[in-house]
Amino acid sequence: MSLAPPPEPPVAPDPSASNRSNRSKLVGSLRAEGRRGVFVAVLSTVVVIGGLIAIVINSPNWLTFKESFFSVQEFKESFPDIAHHFVHNIEIFLVLEPLILAFALLLAIMRSLKGPVFFPLRVLAIIYIDFFRGIPTLLLVYLFGFGIPALQIPGVPISGIFWGSVALSLSYSAYVAEVYRAGIESVHSSQTAAARSLGLTRWQTLRFVVVPQAVRRVVPPLMNDFISLQKDTALLSIVAGQFGEAFQQGQIWKASHFNFTPILGVALCFLVITVPMTRFTDHMLERQRRRRMAGAVL
Amino acid sequence: MSLAIRVDAIQKRFGDAEVLRGLSLDVEEHEVICLIGASGSGKSTLLRCLNLLEPIGAGQIFMFGQKVTGSGVDENDVRRRVGIVFQSFNLFPHMTVLRNITLAPQEVLGTSKGQAVEEARALLDRFGLADRADEYPDRLSGGQQQRVAIMRALAMNPDIMLLDEVTSALDPELVAEVLDVIRELAAGGMTMLIATHEMGFARDIATRVCFLDEGVILEEGSPDQMFTSPQQERTKQFLQRIVAAGRM
Repeated sequence: MSLAPPPEPPVAPDPSASNRSNRSKLVGSLRAEGRRGVFVAVLSTVVVIGGLIAIVINSPNWLTFKESFFSVQEFKESFPDIAHHFVHNIEIFLVLEPLILAFALLLAIMRSLKGPVFFPLRVLAIIYIDFFRGIPTLLLVYLFGFGIPALQIPGVPISGIFWGSVALSLSYSAYVAEVYRAGIESVHSSQTAAARSLGLTRWQTLRFVVVPQAVRRVVPPLMNDFISLQKDTALLSIVAGQFGEAFQQGQIWKASHFNFTPILGVALCFLVITVPMTRFTDHMLERQRRRRMAGAVL
Repeated sequence: MSLAIRVDAIQKRFGDAEVLRGLSLDVEEHEVICLIGASGSGKSTLLRCLNLLEPIGAGQIFMFGQKVTGSGVDENDVRRRVGIVFQSFNLFPHMTVLRNITLAPQEVLGTSKGQAVEEARALLDRFGLADRADEYPDRLSGGQQQRVAIMRALAMNPDIMLLDEVTSALDPELVAEVLDVIRELAAGGMTMLIATHEMGFARDIATRVCFLDEGVILEEGSPDQMFTSPQQERTKQFLQRIVAAGRM
């Protein structure tokens, strides 16, 4: 590869030449640039997407594939039932999310406590977080969902979906705790100094000054984790049993009809929920970025 | 007059750096003491030690005759009586101006919300910020923020106020409004320790000026004596540099 010659240094515009006509020429050329930009974007999209479609459609096994993945008949038949079961995914999500938020905050605070007195709590939190972040969530769901009911401890629920959900919560709490911790550590120590100087205790300082600021800062990354959680409710399909869940239901349809279309129906259900959540998260991130650019602290 | 603060040979080090080397200072009630000296001479550290934000390595600190260093001291109780204002304001950005001021009285002193709000509004009124009560700090100018920070400390009804270069982070045109607030406090008899680079202000307001150099008070005296006929060579050099920088 040969080195390209260094680019010509940009010519600084002569300030005396920046008169009205020059400026209007500039605006005009920018508009032309904009139109050209839209044209190029449309053209390249058509070429790329069209090309991909052409490759798929012309693949040797396309017709069989189409029948087993894109069967309108199968879709019509299975989708209402799958959507009905997807309600369970949403329910699980809605129950787990607040539990995770609360437990993870507790973990993050434990991990952020300073001083030798709190050493055991800190270590416990670190071990917990390392442990649960280190095991694949699917494995945890499997082990909890099949393992704990098998113990048959009196008084302990034997529902696979219950213990699978517990596993999901434990795993996500470890991740979310780290997000919180990043937020807590991003609050400058001068805030703590100001609070302590007023006579607030360590605990009051956390409660009124540090945690509220930390939580505000981590809302967008937390949203990302919750989009993941919504999707990962599908992991519970392996332990869902009688309770039922969309992916599990999709697999039941697939197995009885020898057709994969119901699985696409499951995917569609998830998209309907997660795409708006993703857009909303991006919107919040953008808003936060703009505020930071404007010089605000939050 | 009774003794408000007695600092007895305190020592403070950060790692290898010895910032305070056996510094001693007595402060009478209603005194306004200005601490001057180069950056790193220990002015800020002294104030932070007095508020117990920094533990000291050796020596003792007494306030109104009570020892406040060593074991068995309720730090929060001491801090209730000693207000500190920082160079960078350090207002709580997620709270309104009013809430910044009422938080500590409500949570630390147990003042009812109604009364805390009433007292905060009286303070805001007194210092000309009544119309900003419901704004968030980032909507205020630096001078306004620093005045709120002073009010936040005053809301605890402290016996002593520590001011740590409170105008150093301000644009020049905003300095006066903050200094006016401090003047008013001095006129009201507040005991104050003020670390400052505003020599004209120090000369104006101080009952005593202390020159800190390498972690001790090298020279102290009345403002007149310190600014017109300093005795120590290093004090003279410091003041000459200040004059040369156009700060006096």
